[in-house]
Amino acid sequence: MTISNIQRRRFDSLIIGAGGGGLRAALQLAEADASVAVVSKVFPTRSHTVAAQGGMNAALANVLPDNWHWHMFDTVKGSDYLGDQDAIEYMCRAAPKVVYELEHFGVPFSRLDNGRIYQRPFGGQSQNFGGEQAARTCAAADRTGHAILHSLYQQNIRAKTHFFDEYFAVDLLKDEEGNILGAFVFDIHTGEELIIEAKTTLLATGGAGQLYRTTTNALINTGDGMGMALRAGIPLQDMEFFQFHPTGIAGRGMLITEGARGEGGYLVNAEGERLMERYAPNAKDLASRDVVSRAIETEIREGRGCGPNKDYVMLKLDHLGVDVIQKRLPGIRQTCITFLGIDPAEQPVPVYPTAHYTMGGIPTNRQGQVVVPVKDTPEEAVNGLYAAGECACVSVHGANRLGGNSLLDILVFGRAAANHIIDYLKENHYHRPMNEESIEKAYQRLHRWDDTGEGESVEQIRSELKLVMEKNCGVFRTQEVLDQGVKEVTALHERLTKARISDHSAMFNTARVEALELENLMDVALATVFSACARTESRGAHSRVDYPERDDMNWMKHSLYSLLERKLDYKPVRTKPVTVATFPPKARVY
Amino acid sequence: MNAVSSMPDKKDSRLRWRCRRGMLELDLMLNNFIDREYDELDNEQKSLLDQLLDYPDQLLFDLFLGFMKSSDKDIDRLVSYIRKSVAT
Ligand SMILES: Cc1cc2nc3c(=O)[nH]c(=O)nc-3n(C[C@H](O)[C@H](O)[C@H](O)COP(=O)(O)OP(=O)(O)OC[C@H]3O[C@@H](n4cnc5c(N)ncnc54)[C@H](O)[C@@H]3O)c2cc1C
Repeated sequence: MTISNIQRRRFDSLIIGAGGGGLRAALQLAEADASVAVVSKVFPTRSHTVAAQGGMNAALANVLPDNWHWHMFDTVKGSDYLGDQDAIEYMCRAAPKVVYELEHFGVPFSRLDNGRIYQRPFGGQSQNFGGEQAARTCAAADRTGHAILHSLYQQNIRAKTHFFDEYFAVDLLKDEEGNILGAFVFDIHTGEELIIEAKTTLLATGGAGQLYRTTTNALINTGDGMGMALRAGIPLQDMEFFQFHPTGIAGRGMLITEGARGEGGYLVNAEGERLMERYAPNAKDLASRDVVSRAIETEIREGRGCGPNKDYVMLKLDHLGVDVIQKRLPGIRQTCITFLGIDPAEQPVPVYPTAHYTMGGIPTNRQGQVVVPVKDTPEEAVNGLYAAGECACVSVHGANRLGGNSLLDILVFGRAAANHIIDYLKENHYHRPMNEESIEKAYQRLHRWDDTGEGESVEQIRSELKLVMEKNCGVFRTQEVLDQGVKEVTALHERLTKARISDHSAMFNTARVEALELENLMDVALATVFSACARTESRGAHSRVDYPERDDMNWMKHSLYSLLERKLDYKPVRTKPVTVATFPPKARVY
Repeated sequence: MNAVSSMPDKKDSRLRWRCRRGMLELDLMLNNFIDREYDELDNEQKSLLDQLLDYPDQLLFDLFLGFMKSSDKDIDRLVSYIRKSVAT
């Protein structure tokens, strides 16, 4: 097969990713009669959005008084003032409408007795700008993500969206002026390559939890879209902000909710001490997530971890009694029994901080257009390229995401990007000429994995990367730890260029898919560790032992990491909302 | 947990790709099962597994975590087998 034989298809709009973000955008476009192609490496309804069980936020005021402005305040505060206030205002205002649309698409939201949508309280939600607890999260029982994904998929089938299921996107295609022209993809079943030419391309490829050894994310979350953007010369924004949960099941990653500690569970080290008494004498085990996460890591670093490798601590719940556990924490009990063979009503559970959510990503404005600094302009739109969902950084989550705001983000900005694309298509009737050089580049990247001969295995490098990221860019961050991280990730990056796979066939070559995924993870790892190393303050999820305070004078700005020069740049936070007054930075206390 | 191996057995690769799901719990459960038990399965069990992999993620989650039981006896037996293999 040579490049000239590769099949080419043309669409108005290409969407890479079939999670909630991609499918919401696709539906909007298909309904506007655009020809839409959606490419997904897994069957659409197996996208990671299916894992979101908790729900999504919208100020409907069905249970307690609420309005979008309070939701906006909570989100700005939650972001530790790194979120862009125009995008946050836009999202919070759009939230009720987006929920009603989902209802219309067939999402079976849980109901109150009066027939209205039920709303549950989540952490970080307040009434009246920091007052009483609010109840803002809408859910379809404990399967919200599943319900949203299935409804959107059905609607897309009805609207005749064209799906390329189990196709892998390798790279974006672009011309010399920087216009994005589509993508180079291949069919995972047959290995057949395909050039998709599109007037607009939307990246909706989700997060990068697989950067870390212990994560709540599925195996598919390898930051592919972020890698593609980096290689297309687009910097990634705010990658140092990665949300960790303190209590993941050690070695497995699944979450044990805060509820377990809320019910009276507590953490112990190898010596049987209640470790949180030392780190947070008042709040103890209910201290904030970053404090608990760092305490666990400190115990392990100082040799008080449990188990043969001393690399976790224990969460004790057995003192609560089997009745309380079965009644209040049935899911956690089942998970522990199923995966560990441990009943938390009888034995403590090994836990370790688990990587959960990628706050950073591909920089966009609130219309979903990808934006990059050009000369003195911090945000110039890249023609033909959009991003939405967890792979994007719009930035509504800033330094820290609130529970229930991510499903909202993917739907609001998937829809907003589609609306902008619809306008763009009205003005741009023709495809731009394809750039053959960029096809050649993508082709070479794919076929580099045909190289034979001696070389390290992809598996080996991947497991080392995940471990380095956990140790050197996880919850315990100092200059020394991060400098070491930069050194080690750089070395791994170099080693990957010489790695080999043993399968060189075309059909179902999953080894090659994994190699390409690791290349993406590696580029994203560089962005993460370089950005973390440079930021000498603590803000939201980026918390540094050696710089424990937030430093608004020097650091209220977004980081931008570029792959080519491996260099960092910065741009200001958009502190001006669309219609209301700015929320000025304050200490983030709850 | 090791992700997909690079052995060029194509049937195996196809099956393994279908074990890539949207939820970590399912990834762990299915990949672990394939690694440990796949070679032991007879043809009937293999085709049953293929059938099971068509189920939506949320349903698999409920079956694997024991929140739900399949009324198809064969599927139920396979689910128990998969559940047993992960906890050991
Ligand atoms: C356990 C868990 C629970 C959560 N609970 C909640 C919650 O209750 N509320 C909330 O708001 N948020 C929650 N979140 C976060 C939220 O689920 C995610 O942020 C969100 O679903 C991401 O959606 P997305 O559309 O951006 O991407 P995803 O749903 O991750 O979809 C990505 C898509 O991109 C495709 N793709 C990726 N790479 C390629 C490639 N190279 N080629 C082709 N296709 C590709 C994939 O096939 C997939 O279709 C939770 C997250 C986790 C891990």
